[in-house]
Amino acid sequence: MQKNNSIWQFFASVKLALVILFLIAVTSIIGTLIPQKEAAEFYITNYGPKAAQIFAVLDIPDMYNSWWFLALLFLLAFNLIICSIERFPGVWKQVTADGLALPAERLQKMTNKISWTTRGSLSEVQNTLTEKLQKKGFKASSRESDGSTILFAQKGHWTRTGVYLVHSSILVIFLGAIIGSLGGYKGFVTIPETQESSRVFLFGGKGIAELDFSVRCNNFKIDFYPNGMPKEYTSSLTVIEQGKEVLTKEIEVNDPLSYRGVTFYQSSYEPYQDFVVTIQAPSGETRTFIVPFQQQESWGEANLKFGVINAKVMGQSIVSSKLWFSDGNESPATIWIDDGAQVNIERQNGTYQVSAKQMYATGLQVAKDPGVWWVYIGCGLMLFGLYVAFFMSHRRIWLLLSHEKDNTHVLLSGSANKNRTGFENHFAELGTFLQSTGNKD
Amino acid sequence: MDSSQLLGITTFTLLFASFLYIGALLFRSSTVGRFATWFTVAALVIQTAGLGLRWVESYKMGIGHAPLTNMYESVVFFAWTIVILYLGIEWKFKTRTIGAFALPLAFLAMAYGSFAPINKGINPLVPALQSNWLLAHVITCFVGYAAFAIAAALGIMYLLKSYFGNDSNAGETSLLPSLKVMDDIIHKSMIFGFIWLSAGIITGAIWANSAWGTYWSWDPKETWSLITWFVYAITLHARYTRGISGKAIAWLSLIGLLAVIFTYYGVNFLLSGLHSYGSG
Ligand code: HEM
Repeated sequence: MQKNNSIWQFFASVKLALVILFLIAVTSIIGTLIPQKEAAEFYITNYGPKAAQIFAVLDIPDMYNSWWFLALLFLLAFNLIICSIERFPGVWKQVTADGLALPAERLQKMTNKISWTTRGSLSEVQNTLTEKLQKKGFKASSRESDGSTILFAQKGHWTRTGVYLVHSSILVIFLGAIIGSLGGYKGFVTIPETQESSRVFLFGGKGIAELDFSVRCNNFKIDFYPNGMPKEYTSSLTVIEQGKEVLTKEIEVNDPLSYRGVTFYQSSYEPYQDFVVTIQAPSGETRTFIVPFQQQESWGEANLKFGVINAKVMGQSIVSSKLWFSDGNESPATIWIDDGAQVNIERQNGTYQVSAKQMYATGLQVAKDPGVWWVYIGCGLMLFGLYVAFFMSHRRIWLLLSHEKDNTHVLLSGSANKNRTGFENHFAELGTFLQSTGNKD
Repeated sequence: MDSSQLLGITTFTLLFASFLYIGALLFRSSTVGRFATWFTVAALVIQTAGLGLRWVESYKMGIGHAPLTNMYESVVFFAWTIVILYLGIEWKFKTRTIGAFALPLAFLAMAYGSFAPINKGINPLVPALQSNWLLAHVITCFVGYAAFAIAAALGIMYLLKSYFGNDSNAGETSLLPSLKVMDDIIHKSMIFGFIWLSAGIITGAIWANSAWGTYWSWDPKETWSLITWFVYAITLHARYTRGISGKAIAWLSLIGLLAVIFTYYGVNFLLSGLHSYGSG
C-alpha cells in the first residue's frame, strides 16, 4: 500500500484510535445493561417483540461476539498495526542514533550543560572522564574532530520502544483470544464417585467433545466451616489413558487438573441417595460398593451382608450414617460412622475396616484453551511495557573536550526524553562528580 | 480494643484531619497544616493497626484471610490507600493544599463503610474466593482506584481555580498550586493508576481462569473495569499525542472517577454478575 495515500493516513491516525476506543467503551455498556445469552423469549417478554427483533438483528443477546463488536476490535488492531508501521521506523532511528554524529554547535545549545577547565592534556582528561563515566554505568564512545574530542554515552535507548511493547502486547492478547476461540472449547462433565468419563458436554449447545483419555472421580468431599458454610470442595481425580492410570490429583476450586491441554475445574456437585461403602476384609482384600439407602448389599466370597439403615443430615449433606453389618457367624453389628470416617468391626475371624460416606457426583467445568499462554505473555508484556513507557527514559550525555594551552576545556551537556526534572538533578550530580576528578590531578 | 473500634477512631481522625487541611487552606496557616499532616499520619497508623488486627481476629475465628474480601473491607482498604498515596504526594510535591480535597474522600469512604447498611462482619470465604490471585486482584485494583480518586480531587481543584481564580494573581484560589503543577500531578496520578488498574484487570483475569477456566467472560463488573480502563487510555492518548491538557483533562479525571465508582459500586447494586459477593 502507498504510504502517503489517504486511506493509509486514515488508518495511521491516532484520532481514529481515540474514536474506536470511545466506541468500544460506549457500546460495551449495552451488554452490561441487557442480560446476555438468554433465550429468545426472555427478550420478547422483557423488552417487547419489536425491541427483541432489533436486538436479534444487532446480535445484542450476544453482543460481545456480534459481528459489529468484533469488527470494532478488529479495527482497533488494524489501526494499531498501521499506526505502528507508520511511526516505528522514526522511533527506531532515535534508538539507534549515533550520538557522536551530532554537530558540536548543537551541544552548546542544550538546556542541560555545565562547563569547566581542568589541568592536563586532552587525552589524559579523556581517559579519567571515560573511567569516571564507566563508574556511573555510562559506556562512552568518542570521536575526534578538528582539535577537539566528543565523548558520548547513553542509557536506556531501548526504552523508547516501551509504547510499542504496550501496543504489541494488545495484539498478542488478541492473538491468544483468537487461538483460544478457534482451537479450544468450554464444557462440562458430571462424574459420579468411582466412575469415569471421557465425554465433555460443550456449552452453547455445541455438542460433545470426546477425549482420548478418561477421568475417574475417586471421591468427592465437602469441608464445612463451624457455621455450616462450605469451606472447600475437593475431588480426587485420576486420568486413565489406554487403560492405564497416568495421573492422580486432588483438585479444589482455584486449583484445577490439567492433562494434555485440557483443564478440569471443580465447579459443582450432586449429592446422591446412595452410599459408598469400602470394606477391608481380615485377609487384606479391599472392595468398594455403592449401596442405595436402606437396601441390602452383599460381598459373596467374603460372606458379608451389609446396608445403610439410617443417616443424620445437615442441610443437603449427610454427616453420619448407621451401618448394618453381618458376616453370617455372629449377630449383626450396627454402628454409626461419621461421613467418610473409617471404623474397625471386630469379628471372630478378624477385624474388618469399614468406611461409609454419602455418594456424590463431582461437577467439573472443562476448558481447552491453547491461547491462554499467549494471553498471559501479552499481559506480562503490557505491564512491562507500561513500566518502561512511563517510568524509564532515554538519557544521553556528551562531553566536548578542547585544548586550552596546558589545560583542557570540558563542556558537559545532556538530554532525556522523559522525566526532565529528574534528569536535571542527575545531570547536576554527574557534573559535580566529573569535575571533582578533574580537579584532583 | 478490637479492630472495629480502631477503624471507628480512624474515621473521626480522618474527619478531623480533613477540617485541619481545609482550615490550613482557608486561613493560610502552615501551623494548622502541620497539625493536619500529623493527624493524617496518626489516622494512617491507627488504620493500619485496625486492618492488621482485623486480620489477626479472622485467624482467631479459624477462618483466617486478609481483610480484603467484602464491600466493607474494600472501602476501608480504599481509604487507607488514598491516605498513603496522598501523604506520598504531599511529601514529594511539598504542598498541603491537595489534602483539603483528598482527605475528605478518604473520610467519605470510611464513613460510607461505617454507616451504610452493609455487612461489616468478618465472614468465612466461600471456596472460589480463597485465592492469592484474588488478593492480588483486590489490592492492585484499589491502589489504582485510589490514584484515580486523587487525580479527580486535583481535577476539582484545577477546575475551581481555572473557572474562579486567576493563575497569576494572588486571589482567593491562589492558595492552590499553579495550574501547571496541578495538571502535572493529575497526569502522574493517572499514569500511576492506569498501571495498577491494568495489573488489577490482569490479576482478575488470572484468578477467573484458575477458578473457572475462563479469563474473560464479559460479566458486567469485568466489562465496566475495561470501560474504566478505556476512559483512562483515551485520556492518556489525548494528552500525549494530541496535546490536550488543562481543563479537558481535569474533566476527564472526573469522568474517569465516575466510571471507577460505577465499576466498584454501581455494578454491585444495579447490575448482576459474578462479583455479587461484593454486595455483601
Ligand atoms: C487499548 C488500547 C491502547 C493502549 C492501552 C495504549 C497505550 C498507550 C500508552 C500507555 C502510550 C504512552 C502514552 C504516554 O506516554 O503518555 C501510548 C502512546 C501512543 N499510542 Fe497507544 N494505546 C492503545 C491503543 C492505541 C491505538 C489503537 C493507537 C493507534 C493509532 C495508538 C497510538 C499511540 C501513539 C501514536 C502513541 C504515542 C507514541 C509516541 O509517539 O511515542 N494507541 N499508547
